[in-house]
Amino acid sequence: MNIKKQVTLLDKIGMEKAIGKIGADISKRLLNENIAFVGIQTRGVPFAKRLSEIYSAQTNKTPAMGRLDITLYRDDLNQVLDWPVVKESEIDFKVEGKTIILVDDVLFTGRTVRAALNALSDYGRPKCVKLAVLVDRGHRELPIEANYFGMKIETSPLDYVSVLFNETDGKDEVKIIEQNI
Amino acid sequence: MNKTSDNFNSSSIQSSALNSRHLIALEKLTCKEIELILETAREMKKVFIASKEGTRSVKKVPALQGRTVVMLFFEPSTRTRNSFELAAKRLSADVVSIAVSVSSTTKGESIIDTVRNLEAMACDIIVVRHKSSGVPELLSHKVRSAIVNAGDGAHEHPSQGLLDIFTLKERFGSIEGLNLLIVGDILHSRVARSDIWGLTKLGAKVTLVGPPTLVPQGLEMPGVEIQYDLDSALPSADAVMLLRIQQERMESTFFPSLREYSHRYGLNKKRLSLAKKHCVVLHPGPINRGVEIDSEIADGPRSVILDQVTNGVAVRMSILYLLAGKL
Amino acid sequence: MNEKIVIKSGRVLDPASHLDEILDVAVIDGKISEIGKSLNAEDSKVINAEGLWVCPGFVDMHVHLREPGQEDRETIASGALSAVYGGFTAVCCMPNTDPAVDSVGAVRYIIERAKSAGFAKVYPIAAITQKSEGKSLTNMASLFEEGAVAFSDDGRTVMDALIMRRAMEYARGIYTNGISAPISLHSIDENLARGGQINEGKISAILGLAGIPSCAETIAIARDIALAELTHAKVHFAHVSTKNAVQLIREAKSKGISVTAEVTPHHLALTDSELIGYDTRFKINPPLRSEEDRAALCEGLKDGTIDAIATDHAPHTQIDKDLPFDSAPFGTIGLETAVPVTYTILVKSGILSPLKWVEALSLAPCTIFNLPGGKLKVGAQADITVVDPSADFFVEPDNFKSLSKNSCFIGKKYSAKPVFTFIEGKCFSLCL
Ligand SMILES: [Zn+2]
Repeated sequence: MNIKKQVTLLDKIGMEKAIGKIGADISKRLLNENIAFVGIQTRGVPFAKRLSEIYSAQTNKTPAMGRLDITLYRDDLNQVLDWPVVKESEIDFKVEGKTIILVDDVLFTGRTVRAALNALSDYGRPKCVKLAVLVDRGHRELPIEANYFGMKIETSPLDYVSVLFNETDGKDEVKIIEQNI
Repeated sequence: MNKTSDNFNSSSIQSSALNSRHLIALEKLTCKEIELILETAREMKKVFIASKEGTRSVKKVPALQGRTVVMLFFEPSTRTRNSFELAAKRLSADVVSIAVSVSSTTKGESIIDTVRNLEAMACDIIVVRHKSSGVPELLSHKVRSAIVNAGDGAHEHPSQGLLDIFTLKERFGSIEGLNLLIVGDILHSRVARSDIWGLTKLGAKVTLVGPPTLVPQGLEMPGVEIQYDLDSALPSADAVMLLRIQQERMESTFFPSLREYSHRYGLNKKRLSLAKKHCVVLHPGPINRGVEIDSEIADGPRSVILDQVTNGVAVRMSILYLLAGKL
Repeated sequence: MNEKIVIKSGRVLDPASHLDEILDVAVIDGKISEIGKSLNAEDSKVINAEGLWVCPGFVDMHVHLREPGQEDRETIASGALSAVYGGFTAVCCMPNTDPAVDSVGAVRYIIERAKSAGFAKVYPIAAITQKSEGKSLTNMASLFEEGAVAFSDDGRTVMDALIMRRAMEYARGIYTNGISAPISLHSIDENLARGGQINEGKISAILGLAGIPSCAETIAIARDIALAELTHAKVHFAHVSTKNAVQLIREAKSKGISVTAEVTPHHLALTDSELIGYDTRFKINPPLRSEEDRAALCEGLKDGTIDAIATDHAPHTQIDKDLPFDSAPFGTIGLETAVPVTYTILVKSGILSPLKWVEALSLAPCTIFNLPGGKLKVGAQADITVVDPSADFFVEPDNFKSLSKNSCFIGKKYSAKPVFTFIEGKCFSLCL
């Protein structure tokens, strides 16, 4: 492998600000909706939890929470080299009539979101689905866009965007790891 | 291709940890592999069983779309075959059941031929049931597909063992330290052997109970105890599994009569009262009501027999999913 | 064939005369003409045997050649060739062919087929009972006169003790040179062994295969020792496999009962732990036993309780061995691996002296079945086996001359190889 260049995009405070902005935005725009946050495994889960806390604080409502593992809906299972472990999915509420905020850390090709939409629709028919991501790094392979995002950045397709949450990784940080070819 | 897997980075960090391409016996699995299967099964169960309020209107997932799973049953078994079929279908695999007439396969040549013919039609996973111990192992050395042992002779029935363990884990939270009584015809039981390996690997104790003619001494090993008297074994049991007793064993003088068997080893209400309050009752089915187990017990609150059936599908989905990763 | 051959400077091992010396052996007209130091080799074909062992021709007293009836597994010719390549100058073939060797015609057929093949000598063993069904005796005296060297229902046990008694008594009255016709017994209680696939024990319990308890052998051997004591017949126990059977035979011999015994290379070398994996090459009857049994068999050979090594060479096609374990036939081939396997297990490890090992492979079987051969002496037929004890190799099925490849030794590493087999002076050079 070549030498990697790492650049920190957001530190703890930067992340807090970005998440706060998204949370406020959702609270304002979806105030009257029956909403549920569904985090996509793995980093979408702590992200969704933080958004729901902001939402609760700003609206005095407790939104439903869920987590979704999209492994069984991946479209590349016939090609992967490392067979993925199935992680926990937990949606303990009826999706019918709800406005669901799908939450993930990074939006890249859009394939994870496609899988999540399919998975979600197997649970039922939500009123509406919105997408919130922390980082939109471009290079979409499907017609999917985020309704809420923390930052948009220019990347090369080979770069790796690393998002860390205190809950899963022990610290808050967004980094881009560039591959020098 | 790297691009997409980057997008899926959160889940591709870990990978499937089954060491073999085949599932032949729990004896060959590590503790870690067993736990991986059980944990994956827990998620698989959610695909078709409602958890609390949440309901899935679609009881399947597309994970094995385009894969072909063949049911090759040389011995009739509706229950296991249905369970595997349902598991494969809930993973969106294509399922083919091959009817094998026993007479045409008295030659092993044709067993291997049958399987090679299936492979020529591009099947991926072959689920095999055979009356002779060792047939899945034999096939696994001869073919490219993944072989899943759905029961071979008196050797092993790994998916049954795993679903028993899953059911106990669901009930008790942890397997370690539990004492499972397996009662009846241990000698001819592939279920008993799989349970013994699986449970002892996870730190449980297994007590084999039955007339000495049906309990082979050779199975005594660390974590396994042999007892001949059910009443004195029951008080220490956390779970009791009754094995189906077969008429033909009586005819070949393993025991004198069904009546005497049932008198000593049949589980009834009075006997079960000797066990701990939390003790549950398992049975791999099909049940001989009134012989090894009374209806009252089989249908009673301590019975987890129907949970076993449900969990069977989940565990088999897990097995098929994990083996697909080795294709 | 008037050519003179001189086998030069080999280690000559003759158990009959306790000879163990570096000497030359000269052969003329199919007979041993001279044994001594620095023999005149002018006008002779010289075989340099430096570093090699020169032994009386090895004799395998227990093989299955499958002809007539199962020629896809082995024929008399292919089996006799396999014997030559295994260092055997003669074999005794069991009568469980199809049809069984229970008629004078069958005995004659085998002798003629072997003669026309021209490889190792083949001595037929005839059935004790018609079709080896254990019910009525064969015409034992006529069969013996025709050339049968012994009687056996190998593969089956004569379960009716009365029939067995009659057979032993009757055989006592059949002689050559004042010696009664020997009976070779496959002694395994068929009721106890019914349905059994492998040795009964921990491994059979784990594999879920029906076991053959070791007492199935000891019970049958105990019965047959009692009958031998009663009848004074010349009783030989084939393929002894258990510790307790060795002890029974040891006690019988010490009481002066006329019993002898053989052991196979696979029972000396392997145990039932080989069966983990359900490889049908290890499905053998009597089954591979425990390590304790294996050690007792080695001990039995060492102290003379067991007299001979015999292979129980049992060829089966791949198609048959590919059957599910409980449907696959019992047996392993053994002619082409017996010398290296037994050398490695017994001599290289120091259990047997070279002379004692040679005896178990040559003199002992000849004595038990009253066969010519087994000795290196001037004037005797030149049946000679020359072994290179320094060879190390892995057993590979492609090298077998046998029509069948079902060897339980494939892939294992052994030492010592037969390099020349002389049959009545005819030299087969084996390492080309
Ligand atoms: Zn035999």
